[in-house]
Amino acid sequence: MSVLPVAPPAASAEDPGPLGTLATAARRVATMCLVELQRLRHDRSELVTRAVQPALWLLVFGQVFTRIHAIPTGDTPYLDFLAPGILAQSALFIAIFYGIQIIWERDAGVLSKLLVTPTPRMALVTAKAFAAGVRAVAQAVVVLLLALVLGVALSPNPLHWLGVVVALLLGSAFFCCLSITIAGLVLSRDRLMGIGQAITMPLFFASNALYPVELMPGWLQVINHVNPLSYEVEALRGLLIGTPARLWLDFAVLVLAAAAMITIASSLLPRLVRG
Amino acid sequence: MTAIGAGPPADVPAVRCTGLRQAFGDTVAVDGIDLEVRPGEVFGLLGPNGAGKTTTIRMITTLLPAPPGAIEVFGIDVARRRSAVRRLLGYVPQQLSADGTLSGRENVALFARLFDVPRRDRDAQVDAVLTAVDLLDVADRQVKTYSGGMVRRLELAQALVSAPRVLVLDEPTVGLDPVARDGVWDRITDIRLATGMTVLVTTHAMQEADAQCDRIALMHRGRVQALGTPADLRGALGPDATLDDVFRHHTGDTLADRSGGLRDVRAARRTAGRLG
Repeated sequence: MSVLPVAPPAASAEDPGPLGTLATAARRVATMCLVELQRLRHDRSELVTRAVQPALWLLVFGQVFTRIHAIPTGDTPYLDFLAPGILAQSALFIAIFYGIQIIWERDAGVLSKLLVTPTPRMALVTAKAFAAGVRAVAQAVVVLLLALVLGVALSPNPLHWLGVVVALLLGSAFFCCLSITIAGLVLSRDRLMGIGQAITMPLFFASNALYPVELMPGWLQVINHVNPLSYEVEALRGLLIGTPARLWLDFAVLVLAAAAMITIASSLLPRLVRG
Repeated sequence: MTAIGAGPPADVPAVRCTGLRQAFGDTVAVDGIDLEVRPGEVFGLLGPNGAGKTTTIRMITTLLPAPPGAIEVFGIDVARRRSAVRRLLGYVPQQLSADGTLSGRENVALFARLFDVPRRDRDAQVDAVLTAVDLLDVADRQVKTYSGGMVRRLELAQALVSAPRVLVLDEPTVGLDPVARDGVWDRITDIRLATGMTVLVTTHAMQEADAQCDRIALMHRGRVQALGTPADLRGALGPDATLDDVFRHHTGDTLADRSGGLRDVRAARRTAGRLG
């Protein structure tokens, strides 16, 4: 038989300091993102099936509304205006159902196994959040290719594309942790499925993904201003098609919203394990 | 295989529980347990559903909170230094928990990364544990193509890749056919002989406990009712007594009205279902 790993010396059982904990968290995020990419490599069909809905929005809704000029978007063709919104929607739909995955992981014993590794709860949730982002970015490549084929004029600046990746990662992290938070509260897949379906479309319609904020009634504008999806869409739109955007504000809101939701989801993880 | 490196002092128990208690609302799941697991032994926690075995295991593995001083793993207080304790543990839950979409190698490498196995050693350690559980030849196949016994052996590899001092197995052979069951225990025995690792296992299977465990704690209603070697426990009842008799003697041979919640039953059925 080959050489089995030798048990760690007693020194390795020492607790890391704050810097060590941060380094551990960064390694865990990298590990979970890698696993997500490995899963995608083994099953690419999901990229195609998940592309159907955004493709319909762009091909049908986008093209029809571009022709009828029903939604005034200034000098920007409606299809160009819509593409970043559909990109954000596609990422939202992926991330919002991560809570279902974590309930499945709890039922299958995976979550227990992960929690018996030397991984702080918050690092585990952060890792899950950014793994959702990796999947969203992979999906975004498909949606953006489709947008290019349809003639959407996307920015050629690589820094803008880097910004798009960061905005998608942060937005997905927020919605993934929102989903884990709901999972920690309702504790059942069926209930989470219902709530997930009940909140995704309102989040989408109460954002600037489909129409400019100025066209919304006052009450919807208020909701739009507290909806992180709107800041994600504004950043994506500014970076991809060059519409006016408050990028510092957009990224600040996304960072703070993701950090807050990671903290809340982490605090509910023990309840999820016990439930 | 190489033997274990410099171990802890011989008088430090691998696991020590002192007055361990856990209640969920009005239900007392664990009611003042005292026990010590010796380094290098296979220690079995036996008992009917709802006896408190899984709650005890979950407290030892840090999944449930324990009061300070109630549990030590190789002298380290579980309540005060959770992360340090986790580095000493390898855990295999009752459910089939390997990721079916990944390959066997990717499943094991994931846990090597989560336990911070250095990059330079990682590939070699992953190969070593896959070899130890006889899965190296199929390591690059997706796990969804594995049989139930192979998945269980893969989970052993996941738990072993960090070279734990204590291997914690929660019903490791539930739902497996006799051949697969023997395959799992053969690997555990080989690995234990080679590394001197401590094994803490919960099981319902009396024959298995009799054959594999050095010592047994028989739990019922949150308490340890009997503790000793299988031979001692059998001998205390009579010359022809079996471990089944010991079990019945201490659990009253009745169907406890709180024997296992719906979730326990559902989890066991789901595992059995996935094993086919």
